[in-house]
Order: sequence, then C-alpha cells, then structure tokens
Amino acid sequence: MNEDWVLYEVFIRARSGLEHKHVGSLHAADARMALEHARDTYTRRQEGVSIWVVRSSEIIASDPEEADALFEPARDKVYRHPTFYSIPDDVKNI
Amino acid sequence: MYTQALDSSGAEPGSPASAGEVERERRFQERIDRDEKIEPKDWMPQAYRQTLIRQIAQHAHSEIVGMLPEGNWITRAPTLRRKAVLIAKVQDEGGHGMYLYSAAETLGVSRGELIEQLLAGRAKYSSIFNYPTLTWADIGAIGWLVDGAAIMNQIPLCRCSYGPYARAMVRICKEESFHQRQGYEIMLTLARGTGAQREMAQDALNRWWWPSLMMFGPGDAESVHTAHSMRWKIKRFSNDELRQRFIDLTVPQAQFLDLAIPDPVLRWDEAAQHFITGPIDWSEFQTVLKGHGPCNRERLGARRAAHEAGRWVREAAAAYADKHRDRVGGAERHVQTV
Repeated sequence: MNEDWVLYEVFIRARSGLEHKHVGSLHAADARMALEHARDTYTRRQEGVSIWVVRSSEIIASDPEEADALFEPARDKVYRHPTFYSIPDDVKNI
Repeated sequence: MYTQALDSSGAEPGSPASAGEVERERRFQERIDRDEKIEPKDWMPQAYRQTLIRQIAQHAHSEIVGMLPEGNWITRAPTLRRKAVLIAKVQDEGGHGMYLYSAAETLGVSRGELIEQLLAGRAKYSSIFNYPTLTWADIGAIGWLVDGAAIMNQIPLCRCSYGPYARAMVRICKEESFHQRQGYEIMLTLARGTGAQREMAQDALNRWWWPSLMMFGPGDAESVHTAHSMRWKIKRFSNDELRQRFIDLTVPQAQFLDLAIPDPVLRWDEAAQHFITGPIDWSEFQTVLKGHGPCNRERLGARRAAHEAGRWVREAAAAYADKHRDRVGGAERHVQTV
C-alpha cells in the first residue's frame, strides 16, 4: 500500500462576514487538489464562500494534559465579565 | 448512508497494567459520565480506541460499498430528475465515507491501512449491501428502508463520546434526511402507478424488509459488546430498542403506500403500543456476514477494480505534486495566500 497523501485540515467561511471555521480534514497530493477535494467533500450544499486548507502537520496544538495550567488562571477572574458589577436598576444605558 | 451494529468481534477491556493505569481509566470514565467529549489527543483506554477504530472503519467501508448497489442504477434512472437525485445521493455516500475515514484516522490508523483491509476482505461492512438491486423499485426501497434504518442507528451516534465521530455523524445525519424522503417518494410514485409498477414496489419491499431489520444487528441477548459500548457512551440504545423503534415508524408508512409487509404474523400490540413482528432468520444474516450473500464477491470485486483502475491517476497526481513542490515556494503558495 502506498503512503497516504498529505493530510490537510479544512476551514470554511460559511458567509461573507463570518470567520473561517474548522470542518474536517482530507488527504491530497498538493494544495490545489486539497482545495478541490474540500469543495467536493465539505461544500456540496452551499456551506461556504471561501475555503482554507492547511497541512495538518503545520498546526501547533496545546497539550490536553496542560489544559489546567493554561486555562485555570482565568477561572477566578470573574471581574473580567460585566455581570460582576452591580449597578442600581435606576441607572440606565450602562 | 449506513451503519450496522457489527461490533461482534474485537477488543475487550483487558486487565489494566498498573495502578496508574487504573487511576487513568477511572478518571476517563468520570469524564464520560460527565458527558464530556473525548478528543484525539486525550488519554483513552486501548480498548476504547480499538472499539472505535473498528466501528468507525466498518461504518466508513459501508458508505463506500453502499455506493455500488445504487450507482448501478444511475444510468437507468427513469427521469432526469431521478438521475440528478441519485447522483447526489451516491456522491453524499462517498462524502460520508471520507468524513468517517478521517474520524478513524484521528485514532492513529492510516487511510491506507483501512482501504487495504477493505480490499483484502478483512474488514466488515454492512451486510445489506450484499443484496442485489434488481429493479428501479429497489432504489426506492433502499432510500426508504435502508437509509431509514441507518438514520435510526445514526442519530444517537451524534451524541457519541468521541468528538470527531460525533461531529462527523452530525454532518452525516443532516445530509441524510433527503435520502430517506427521496426513496419514499419513489415508492409512492410506483404504488400509485400502474399494476405492474405496484407489483414492482411490493416485490422490492418483500426483498428489503427483513434485511433492513437485520441492519440493527443481533438481538440484545446475543450482542456481546453492547455493555462496554454503552458504558463508554459509544452506543446509547440497544439493537433491539432501535429495531423496534424503526418497525413502529415504518409499518404505518407501508400502510399508507397500501403495500403489505412480508410478515404473516405481524400485529399491533395494544398493551405494549408496539408492532410485533415474526422471528428474524438470523442464519441468513450470519451467512451474508460470513461472505456468502448474493453479492459479497461482486461488491469487493468492483471496489478492487475501481482501486486498480484509479492507480495511474493517483500516481500521476503524486508525480505532479512532487515536480511542483521543488519550484518557487512549492505548490502550496500559488493557489492562495491568506
């Protein structure tokens, strides 16, 4: 069995004005083929107006084992949210 | 698009190696119990990984082999509308196979290995595709019954504990709902047509009814892996539960068509509020599963021939990519810079 073609991650912009969102992955021989396959595989029902493909090997991901160390410090900083502050109901437009 | 409860062989949770392993398994199960999704880089028990690889691969193979019985009718679809619909449906099945192979690959198996297992006849796929599509009515019956049974199986998989599988299933279920409706529409047209057309519809129902019920897999008493799959939230309902749900929804649809379900003892049980069918012939299921169905050899032969016939295209594409990779910035750049 031949070696698999390069794995690409596919990102689709659903509508003008929205961000590209990860939708899945596919194998392709090169970037152009990756775009064409992405079109056939992920936009058969007008799911997008723009496609990005990125070699999966180029993605640098955080380690799930380090999730606590990375994200825990934000957990006790509720004062970063507007609902932390109590303002009397009589005050409007704030 | 099709899945079948085929989990009849493979990994069992083994005895954990160390105290550390026990602790990790305990924490893993707690995450599952909290309805958290497991993602590719998360720690998972080996048996969970193996069970998923097997199930997702079988599911992917079923999509790909499932293109064959229907593809068989694309050139003979009775109208241009039916032809366009059937092409779209078969293309969807191909797409669904791609989503599922990708999901399986996140567990550490390569696409090449999976395809190789299918072509070598070492992998299972849904036994329903080893039955022939003899008439146009079979395309209606497949959409209505086979896709109907598949949807029943697949909807709970959208909440499966493994993230990539669950996400693939959400996409698949969304796309799938037209498949069943177009099939029923074909049956409706035939059922309201000439005497010969009605007969064709009845004949298709006669041949597809029982194999469709078998798609849910062996009865709960025989299904050895259900308990583990349930505990891991890979599976949410038992084979018999899903089968019963399918029967209860489908019998009234047949009645609307004024076609007869080929089961002389089928009856409505008022107390249970269920339709009760006669016994399923599981020896037939086992025969087909073991490779002796009407079309097992033909299906794999067609897949192998397609794979071989496409070899030069794959080689040419790879050679072209190699050649262009050496030029300025590689083939990656000239398409688009973001």
